[in-house]
Amino acid sequence: MNQSLEAAEGLGSVPALLQRNATRFGGKPAYREKEYGIWQSWTWAETAAEIEALALGLINLGVNEGDFIAVIGRNRPYFYWAIVAAQSVGAVPVPLYQDASADEMAYVMEHCGARFAIVQDQEQVDKIIEIQDGLHQFEHMIYIDPRGMRKYDHHKLHEFSHIQQQGRAARDEFITDLQARRGKLNYDSICVMLYTSGTTGKPKGVVLSNRNIIEASKSSSGFDTLGPGEEVLAYLPMAWVGDFIFSIGQAYWCGFCVNCPESPETMMTDLREIGPTYYFAPPRVFETQLTNVMIRMEDAGRFKKWLFDRFMAHARKVGPAVLDGKSVGVWDRLKYMLGNILVYGPLKNTLGLSRVRVGYTAGEAIGPEIFEFYRSLGINLKQLYGQTEASVFITLQPDGEVRNDTVGVPAPGVELRIAENGEVFYRSPGTFEYYYKNETSTKDTKDTEGWVATGDAGFIDEDTGHLRIIDRAKDVGKMASGALFAPKYVENKLKFFPNILEAVVFGAGREECVAFINIDLTAVGNWAERNNIGYASYQELAGHPQVLKAIRAHVDEVNRSVAQDPMLSGCQIHRFVVLHKELDADDGEMTRTRKVRRRIVEEKYSDLLSALYDGLDEIFTTTEVTYEDGRKGAISATLKIVDAAVLPVPEHKVAAE
Amino acid sequence: MLDTAEGYVTEDGRKIGGVVMEMKNITLRFGGVVAIQDISFDIRQGEIRAIIGPNGAGKSSMLNVISGFYNPQEGEVWYQGAKRPAMKPYEVAQQGIARTFQNIALFEGMSVLDNVMTGRIRQMSAGMVAQAIWKGKAEREEIKNREAVEKVIDFLEIQSIRKTPVGRLPYGLKKRVELARALAAEPSILLLDEPMAGMNVEEKEDMSRFILDVNDEFGTTIALIEHDMGVVMDLSDRVVVMDYGKKIGDGSPDEVRGNQAVIDAYLGVAHD
Repeated sequence: MNQSLEAAEGLGSVPALLQRNATRFGGKPAYREKEYGIWQSWTWAETAAEIEALALGLINLGVNEGDFIAVIGRNRPYFYWAIVAAQSVGAVPVPLYQDASADEMAYVMEHCGARFAIVQDQEQVDKIIEIQDGLHQFEHMIYIDPRGMRKYDHHKLHEFSHIQQQGRAARDEFITDLQARRGKLNYDSICVMLYTSGTTGKPKGVVLSNRNIIEASKSSSGFDTLGPGEEVLAYLPMAWVGDFIFSIGQAYWCGFCVNCPESPETMMTDLREIGPTYYFAPPRVFETQLTNVMIRMEDAGRFKKWLFDRFMAHARKVGPAVLDGKSVGVWDRLKYMLGNILVYGPLKNTLGLSRVRVGYTAGEAIGPEIFEFYRSLGINLKQLYGQTEASVFITLQPDGEVRNDTVGVPAPGVELRIAENGEVFYRSPGTFEYYYKNETSTKDTKDTEGWVATGDAGFIDEDTGHLRIIDRAKDVGKMASGALFAPKYVENKLKFFPNILEAVVFGAGREECVAFINIDLTAVGNWAERNNIGYASYQELAGHPQVLKAIRAHVDEVNRSVAQDPMLSGCQIHRFVVLHKELDADDGEMTRTRKVRRRIVEEKYSDLLSALYDGLDEIFTTTEVTYEDGRKGAISATLKIVDAAVLPVPEHKVAAE
Repeated sequence: MLDTAEGYVTEDGRKIGGVVMEMKNITLRFGGVVAIQDISFDIRQGEIRAIIGPNGAGKSSMLNVISGFYNPQEGEVWYQGAKRPAMKPYEVAQQGIARTFQNIALFEGMSVLDNVMTGRIRQMSAGMVAQAIWKGKAEREEIKNREAVEKVIDFLEIQSIRKTPVGRLPYGLKKRVELARALAAEPSILLLDEPMAGMNVEEKEDMSRFILDVNDEFGTTIALIEHDMGVVMDLSDRVVVMDYGKKIGDGSPDEVRGNQAVIDAYLGVAHD
């Protein structure tokens, strides 16, 4: 069996993979980070030395096997080293979202009982000092950036580089201990604990073993033939399972290089400089990039605009076929080649996607136009479906079988099952061990045979064998008439319009559907500028009559498209309101991964919701907002309620039993 | 009174040294207009010293005297224990005094990086020909200076606009670039002329943070002019208050706040 084979090779843990890479790829870069304007790099051998020094320093500091170490910061090599160093000494790394509020952080740190934390800078140190009194197990904090830290009490606070120095100095003393601890690690030992953002309730600590991570990395790398030559850009939150798999699991399995941007703001420039070969981005990123391209093309000269429009039309026609290696006429192929020289190539280069061999998107549905746009340029963008509990991979789209409305075939080693109620279940070597200190949830999610409930409703497409996801299983409901209600389906259609950033549709148990809508400030703002519409704030723009008119046109169009689907035609939107503020994670309306928390939005804006159903023309409302630093304020506005055109629902109600 | 030779320790534990610069009875006239009248005060090593006052009080003139742009008709400027003769601004700069301007004086067409590099002019010695050929010394110098500049860019968190032409930047960022250029000169005294003018609350908070960090990290002595009283009172260790060219108050923010002359100057008093 594969597992015993790995164990025999001694590759039963991430630190073991590090040792292998240090020998096999010793002189090859493992990490790069742009700092002081140039790319600094570390080879695998150097990385192993850095991690060893840190691990020895951690032993010196008193880290025991089984301790939890919180890791809080943006993607930097130091944090990846911290994770592997923690594993090496037998501790459990717990990466946390660095933009989490103090309360959220306090909950998680208390829940796992972290004794140590490795953090980015003063901001994080302050945050932890604030919550420290409530954390009875917490002891030491290690920070990377010493700026502004001179005056702090350093009894229990240490600089990262000092810990490494102490580790190097104490090498003789602790190296046997470190080797022994590393030697004890195997497939069953805990690799990492990741907290799920939790669209409902408190976050849960998902415990993933070395088996989960390494098996998932191995099979997915095989699926896309990833090798040591790949380049990835690590820019997604380290607390998210995707980054853990891409930047640690697969990177250590394949031995490829992880590149860290200089700062979150320089990410696009850094992307261009690195030119990754393997790239993951949530749909939102692709959407923003496309919006930017379109805005810039609107401002371009007439000839350039003409050239762009003409060749993009051709790309949409034949691009995906060229990419999938299907037969395309000679003339079309020549024209595509010309387009590649004039438009597609330079555009891909500007986007930083010239070298992308395998690109993935996941997390939310991606708009068909956005998806097609990238694929028609010749970028091999695919979709995958996964979750933290599965070590990411549940289904993947194979090369040449990419479709917009499915999420692909089961990943290697994954078994799928669709339950009676439509909920998707899976079982795989990547399936998580348990939720930390939460037996009830573990039992609810994972049955004795290892099947895990995804919480998503979907079905397997009969023609292709691909999985298609409709919505969250618990969100799929019935309307008063008995018709099927799948809010996400309609929301996604709305969000595919560049002007609409976010939409929340309500209608379960009701006669009609209504919606809250957030406009996209970049797209609508640019439109306003070009049409000489002045506005002073998001709120003012959102309430502008012409904006409402434009949004109404979008809603009408969505209604027309929804009406086509016999199962879901009841979900047409009768009335909507454009919200006076953006839904925000700081206000608890979204998760940190920017998924809408439906219940909270429903409660918070209950006055708007009843106004929508009462048929009022407008409503005055006041909403509490939380600023980034935790202070609170309130904004109020009078919102117009807009009626949309609804098509008659056909009589043959499928879902009405 | 404070001791001239020794310093003091601030509430937050920073050590303030002895006097590095002293203004003695400065009077500055433009024709018949008296901009500054018989003003004396000192600046201590490592402190943040503010000069405040209503419009037209002579604050900017005072800063220009310190930076050598104006030479006062009367009075003496003492710097590092010696009397300073009348000097050209570039000579003052060579002594380690750098400044920013109220109305931003950057090279609009040049990138942020190039603008900040100009702050290193004092650290460049290769001749024009060597610079043009750009080999040997000139190259080594540039690399060294670029490194110093990159540290400043990192410090002020302007990496993302490194290659952006200054003309395309919003006002708040331009102010930050100006600070970067002044910092690149590794000054011992930094003069800031209304660093927060025209900024919104968030930009002001950022700028205050940077000023405190500069002072804390590099031990740079800072003299600043500012209108926003809240900012001044929070930032500075000692404050000089001017009105109509005269000094009407000098001391810690609390002392100044309680000074009747200062309150009158700011709130206005009825003239009989």
